[in-house]
Amino acid sequence: MTTHTEALKELLFQLADDDFLISYRGSEWLGLAPHIEEDVASSSITQDTMGHATMYYNLLEELGAGNADALAHLRPSAERRNSILAERVNGEGYYMETPIYDWAYAVVRNYFYTQAKRVKIDSLRESSYAPLAEGAVKVSMELHYHLMHWRTWFTQLLSSTDEAKERMNKAIQLVMEDFGDIFSYGQYKEAIESEGLIASEDELTKSWLAALTPVFASLGLEVPKIPVPTKNGRNGEHTEELDAAIATLSEVYRLDVEAVW
Amino acid sequence: MTVLTPLTNESIYGALMNVKDPEIDTVSILDLGMVENVTVEGNDVKVVLLPTFLGCPALEIIKKNTVEAVQELPEVSEVEVEFIFSPPWTSDRITEQGHVGLRKFGIAPPPRHFEEDGSWHVDCAYCGSTYVTMDNIFGPTACRSILYCKSCKNVFEAMKPVSTLM
Repeated sequence: MTTHTEALKELLFQLADDDFLISYRGSEWLGLAPHIEEDVASSSITQDTMGHATMYYNLLEELGAGNADALAHLRPSAERRNSILAERVNGEGYYMETPIYDWAYAVVRNYFYTQAKRVKIDSLRESSYAPLAEGAVKVSMELHYHLMHWRTWFTQLLSSTDEAKERMNKAIQLVMEDFGDIFSYGQYKEAIESEGLIASEDELTKSWLAALTPVFASLGLEVPKIPVPTKNGRNGEHTEELDAAIATLSEVYRLDVEAVW
Repeated sequence: MTVLTPLTNESIYGALMNVKDPEIDTVSILDLGMVENVTVEGNDVKVVLLPTFLGCPALEIIKKNTVEAVQELPEVSEVEVEFIFSPPWTSDRITEQGHVGLRKFGIAPPPRHFEEDGSWHVDCAYCGSTYVTMDNIFGPTACRSILYCKSCKNVFEAMKPVSTLM
């Protein structure tokens, strides 16, 4: 039997880890975006998103789950609850050496992810857990600009040259392969859905499809099907890409965990 | 709650006037509408602040500066500063004085109205011209956008409007 607090913590870990990992991947793009204005924009979005992760980790700390910084940096991959999509690398190569990152993949991943976050946040505004509902109102205002940004890139590139369309369609396929656990609550599905903390997996999926359908229709495309997950990040199943990410992002923190930044 | 000393909310608000935005020194946290509440218990002061943007790295600096500014009042013993999310900070909390301070810094204050499609317009922070274009809705900090004035040919910034309707 899962208690209310356990279900709440599980949900918070899913939300926190999602935003934490996707913003880590965003931070790897710093200095590499296609042009300088985009570097300003996407790093600003990444900074906001890291702030959202911090808010969730702070809520977890208040619930006695442990220190927020430690939760972000020190948990091994098996304890992480983020979706597979959030942990994926940006492309081949290491950002300190010769990164061959794929901007089409970045645009599609961020657009689909941000739209998924939009429907979750809309639902969380009505959450039975008041601190989470209050935080969602704050996140919502910032997310408005993020979604507008990624939707603009998405529609413009898909209305552009043949090469752009081809690369975007390839990116859509790649992103969708990992999209199976985005709306999954994993093994805590029943507990999370019955507590009024957030809408059901099915409701969120429907809202996401409804939001994307007119955008796809305007581009003469159909919204791709969400697959059944082969790995479910909500249950702590992850790729080696997450292990590598954790090792890198926690390197400085682990040097001196008592340090004040 | 009894106030036995001459410590008044007035003197505390006076001190808070000196806590400037670390990146925009012409506006205080009061001008920005970040101060939600001040309570005094004996000689202890609690200041409740609203973060503008959740990921703003200036928040910790603002917290530290707030503690130091209030601590300077001779009657004060303990100072506590807390950030809360509810009510959320929205750009319409910026006062008239705040608008003046922002313009002085070359930043257009946030517009009070949105168009039906969610877009918004500001005039040039320098010359007041309405012939401006949006260069980047994101800017050097989370709360700012970058625009270009076609009249005076200056790049200027605007405080990004945020509202609970978003």
